[in-house]
Amino acid sequence: MSSNGSGGEHGGNRDGEYVDEWSIRRIVRTMIPLLAALSVLQLVSGSVLETYEETLVANPALLVLVPVQIGTAGNLASITCSRLTTQLYLGTYELDPSNPDLRANVGAVFALAGTVFGAVGVAAWGIGVALGGSLGLGRVLLVSLVSGMLLAVLVVVASVAAVEVSYRVGLNPDDTTIPVVTNLCDVAGVLILFAVVSVVV
Amino acid sequence: MPGHDTARDVYRQALPVILVSLVAGLFSGTILGSETMRAGISEVPGLLLLLPAFLATRGGVYGSLGARLSTGLHQGLIEPRFRLDRRLTNAILASFINGMTVSVFIAVITFLWLRLFGNEGNLFELVGIMVVAGFLSAVLMISVLIAVIFVGYRRGLDPDNVIGPVVTTLGDVFGIFFLLVGIYVVGAVL
Repeated sequence: MSSNGSGGEHGGNRDGEYVDEWSIRRIVRTMIPLLAALSVLQLVSGSVLETYEETLVANPALLVLVPVQIGTAGNLASITCSRLTTQLYLGTYELDPSNPDLRANVGAVFALAGTVFGAVGVAAWGIGVALGGSLGLGRVLLVSLVSGMLLAVLVVVASVAAVEVSYRVGLNPDDTTIPVVTNLCDVAGVLILFAVVSVVV
Repeated sequence: MPGHDTARDVYRQALPVILVSLVAGLFSGTILGSETMRAGISEVPGLLLLLPAFLATRGGVYGSLGARLSTGLHQGLIEPRFRLDRRLTNAILASFINGMTVSVFIAVITFLWLRLFGNEGNLFELVGIMVVAGFLSAVLMISVLIAVIFVGYRRGLDPDNVIGPVVTTLGDVFGIFFLLVGIYVVGAVL
């Protein structure tokens, strides 16, 4: 905390003790390495997209699925993680298939995934047709539902693992699980989507 | 009781938020699937490569700005109105610097990645597109965040509950749209 606190003349010590936390230098220094690491990680999903460039350009319905898959995976992951963490603190969490709270979380994730990815399949097909694509409803729906349900499995497994690991290591799961699991699911969302695309389309 | 919801409760509470982000996702997907964008993807090598990184860092940069402002408000360190407060301007400038630096960084690593795997790539083109898209996103995200957080806070809304959805929704939709603008501007200049 105090190591580089007094060095910054430009950070401005003139209005009080909290200013250091709000100095430009400090915010930039903390964030840049994190953001840089994050971008390198995301290049992995980018390289998958790049590999399927021709398929994507030819089938706009699949291009429509990309941001939706990434976004929904992250959302489901952050809901699951924060619920599990809260239950951990309340003492109701237990890694046991018969634990009612764990079953409720898992059930909700699968129900949400089924609803959302079903709707997404139909919507992406419609938009794809409007944009001049020729992929049939059955295929788009199959891609969206299969990849969506696989993603739901991943969300559940990754969230439970992240909560367990950070608890055992002694880290606060509120701070660690969401960034780790949402980014993992972002990347995995694209990987799973194209694993399914390469089989179905 | 919190933490004791059934699967049905969780489903009903989470569905609206998920559906809003779904609509936003479909909207950005439609921009991505548009003919202009597909032409851009075919013409500019590396565009799909940088897309996920570009979108993810929007969330990182402006999500943390939102969280910081919201904590500052709760602690009484900043006031819910726009004036030239040192902390407020520092936070805004820092997120602008972060956003621009990371945009250029993404363009450079994308170029290096393309080269590494023996593909063609134009560094100036990629940097140009990222600078335009990064700058426009910064201006939009910062203004919307400040407006939403301050107005919401004055009306009794906890900014912590609003920032996440606002950042992800606007970040994706406008991120992809500004990428398209960037391709267009750079195409016109180069």
